[in-house]
Amino acid sequence: MSENLLKSYRFRVEREAKWRELETLIVRAERQGLRSLDAEELVRAPALYRACMSSLSVARSISLDANLVAYLESLCLRAYFVVYGVRAGIGQVVADFFRREFPVAVRLTKWANGLAALLLLAGAATGWAVTAQEPAWFEAFVDPAMAQGRTPDATRETLSETIFDKPSAADQLAAFATFLFQHNARIGMLCFVLGAAFGVPVVVLLYYNGLTIGAICAVFAGKDLTLEFLAWLAIHGTTELAAIVLCGGAGFHLAGAMINPGSRTRLAAIKEKGRAATALVVGAVVMLLVAALLEGLGRQLITDTATRLAIGCTMLILWLVYFAFCGRPERGSRSRDGR
Amino acid sequence: MAGNASTQRSVLTPEGVPIVIELADHGARAGALLIDLAIIFGIPIIALPLLILLTPFAGGIAGAMFLILTFFLRCPFFIAFELRWQGQTPGKRVFKLRVVDRQGGALSPRAVAARNVTREIEVFMPATLLMVRPSDIGSGMDTMLALMALVWLAIFTLMPLFNRDRLRIGDMIAGTWVVRAEPVALLQDLSRKPPSRGYRFTAAELDVYGIAELQVLERLLRQPNTRNTLDTKKDVLARILVKIDWDAREAVDSESFLSEYYAALRAHLEQRALLGDRRADKHEAAARRA
Repeated sequence: MSENLLKSYRFRVEREAKWRELETLIVRAERQGLRSLDAEELVRAPALYRACMSSLSVARSISLDANLVAYLESLCLRAYFVVYGVRAGIGQVVADFFRREFPVAVRLTKWANGLAALLLLAGAATGWAVTAQEPAWFEAFVDPAMAQGRTPDATRETLSETIFDKPSAADQLAAFATFLFQHNARIGMLCFVLGAAFGVPVVVLLYYNGLTIGAICAVFAGKDLTLEFLAWLAIHGTTELAAIVLCGGAGFHLAGAMINPGSRTRLAAIKEKGRAATALVVGAVVMLLVAALLEGLGRQLITDTATRLAIGCTMLILWLVYFAFCGRPERGSRSRDGR
Repeated sequence: MAGNASTQRSVLTPEGVPIVIELADHGARAGALLIDLAIIFGIPIIALPLLILLTPFAGGIAGAMFLILTFFLRCPFFIAFELRWQGQTPGKRVFKLRVVDRQGGALSPRAVAARNVTREIEVFMPATLLMVRPSDIGSGMDTMLALMALVWLAIFTLMPLFNRDRLRIGDMIAGTWVVRAEPVALLQDLSRKPPSRGYRFTAAELDVYGIAELQVLERLLRQPNTRNTLDTKKDVLARILVKIDWDAREAVDSESFLSEYYAALRAHLEQRALLGDRRADKHEAAARRA
């Protein structure tokens, strides 16, 4: 009988037990997660995986049994996912992100972020100057839906109301909700993704947003409400605009990879720069959430100009300190959880 | 793992053994996304009426609650699942899809975040734009502009259709791709069937076919014996008999002849392959014979 045995069959008989053992482990890990494996199995799995990998490469050369090779291919692939899958737990990933990755990414892209900030400020300055000179420009810069009556023709009282009005709880919630869905988070992410289009749309978006802010500022300034308006804007605006700047920075960072990929292919360059850019955008979205809370709740509850300004400035300083110092290797990881 | 070469890629694992992976097809990916979206929007839709019924919320708040609920479901949904389920979401699990690192390394949490942040632009933005009625669009952004934006965004959304590796923008940034990972069961080795008739084949009779034909025969023999399969088997048998010029064609039993021929052919081809003479198909076999 033994002369009838194919080499590939003998090969299979010798190793099948190991394959089956690995398969059982994999199925369990797939269904119930890696934690369902005990310590001994966790040590065994990589060894079995390597054994199967070697079986696969042998099977490919000596066995013509298509089912066997397909089985080993799929088993190895599934084992590979388990062995080389995502390791970290979600909590750990989140903590690590805010402790190290986000601030480090901000520092890494400081020139791109500076450029984004500069564009936003330039837009605001232009918007302010032009609207102050010629109020007719206001309509070109500000979407009526966004202006909500805050036009150059409005009286001082109306304008003042928009700043100091205390809406009902329902309105606050609605404001918060629309905030989430309105343009802020979108603009941020848009900046990031449009970075792939060589950064041109990012420039336009940032500058245009600056124009809008500047134009509204000019309207309030015209009615002697400058400080009050800035305070109203600052309470959440410092956080929000910082987030938008970071998104813009992420866009420019990616655009840099597109325009000048260096010796790599564009795809490789995008992938490499995408790491920092993604960290920026994810962090910025969290910042936008903080801003939404400040706007939806804080701004409506606190109507005192000085307090508003104080909160706004404090937030800005906190962010800057966080970005400047957090996660620097020589200082260890200064944890700022809860962000 | 049947599939053609244009959708198969080989990933070199850290062990140095390449694994063949099969790119997920567009339909499956769209289906997976639809399932995930159904969950994300389905939960608030079901939860909201209950909330309104059970709590004294006014209708005005309901809309806001709905938006907040979907937002907080949507943002972490994909990232959390892909981290926890090793590159799968509920939708991907249904379609047996997985996110994998293109270079064959471990899938990093950063990559998972990157590929899902961009989803906002690829999926949610165009979806929102589609739902906006022209009358809702203020003078600041007229219908024309909205249409242009939609076309522009469609480029992002449809990106997987335009590149060989079916990468989304998110996949490009994250360095990942989506593959199909279907479990294959290990079936019995067909060469082990005890020979019932004991046909003897000469080397010349086995030399007419290559690996491709062997594996076609394997697939046929593994099929359950329906009437259709039986017909095919008869047909295949007839062709083999003609090809190898078998005497006494009338006397063979199709089932045992085919499985014995399979075993003999496999032994023959494996032996040849072992000696460095790997014959991919019958044309190569014919060329080598000549």
